[in-house]
Amino acid sequence: MSDMQPAGEPADPLTTAEAWLQAGREVALATVVETWGSAPRPVGSHLVIDAEGNFEGSVSGGCVEGAVVAEAAEVLDDGKPRMLEFGVADETAWRVGLSCGGRIRVYVERVG
Amino acid sequence: MDALSLKTLNAARRERRAVMRITDLDGGDDRVVGDDEAVAGVLGEAVAAAFRSGRSTTVEADGRRFFLNVHLPPPRLVVIGAVHISQALAPMAAIAGFDLRVVDPRTAFASPERFPGVDLVAEWPQEALAAWPLDAFTALAALTHDPKIDDPALAAALSAQCFYVGALGSRKTHARRVERLTAAGFGEAEIGRIHAPIGLAIGAASPAEIAVAVLAEIIAALRSRGLEARRGAAA
Repeated sequence: MSDMQPAGEPADPLTTAEAWLQAGREVALATVVETWGSAPRPVGSHLVIDAEGNFEGSVSGGCVEGAVVAEAAEVLDDGKPRMLEFGVADETAWRVGLSCGGRIRVYVERVG
Repeated sequence: MDALSLKTLNAARRERRAVMRITDLDGGDDRVVGDDEAVAGVLGEAVAAAFRSGRSTTVEADGRRFFLNVHLPPPRLVVIGAVHISQALAPMAAIAGFDLRVVDPRTAFASPERFPGVDLVAEWPQEALAAWPLDAFTALAALTHDPKIDDPALAAALSAQCFYVGALGSRKTHARRVERLTAAGFGEAEIGRIHAPIGLAIGAASPAEIAVAVLAEIIAALRSRGLEARRGAAA
């Protein structure tokens, strides 16, 4: 019943994206498109971000969301989609802390 | 993704239709397709496979990389009969990720004391299923042994193309059920979709063990979704 969003259930990112768009907000969507090893969120997971940095959903269970939100601001600025990669072998990932030891690839695009 | 794609995608998800967003990772283009829409070539094969497995994935086709994001409706299980097996099946099915509803018009059986925390409806299947319609992502298990209650639910499940239809009862009981459903106008192939006797053959003896056998059979049907239908068409 996740689509119905009963009270107490976390909001669904795609439904949030549509609501934000209708409210006239600028919206970016981040999607996990590939994972290796013990990635915290499965392929297809979404994080929706607006121009003010508000976000809903998750692509890593909290480890790299900050970095994805920052990159989403760039995507909203120039409208070009980006592919981001996070993993322990990556210096950026050490900094933002993908502590599970997995690697993920995240596609970030503008919506609307 | 444009606003229309997002709207189309969300509408399909609300209506419990299988839907996929295909994104060209090199060009940025995207489209939204349902599982009843044909997609040509190598990409089409990958799309069909992803709809079957329910797993989102990145694929290469025609020298480009595509991301296939599959959205299948969450599976439901309707259990007809608030019986002993159902008392074990309800918590097991919830753990396995099914939205579950138990339907039994007999209020002595369908009591909240017997089914704490379970979505329980003390109505006839005809009434209960009008409020919570069956679909291709719903399984139905008829467990009352009473044709007055089980038969209308089984007929509704066959008509709605439920991915799993199972009915409790011996081979003899099932033979009489087949006669009744045939008289009601169902064909041999349709009736053949009913799993009876219900449950995987694991020698289940207690109600809880039968519940395990039933749930395992439902999961097997869910994970081979589409394969069974095509075998039926070929037969």
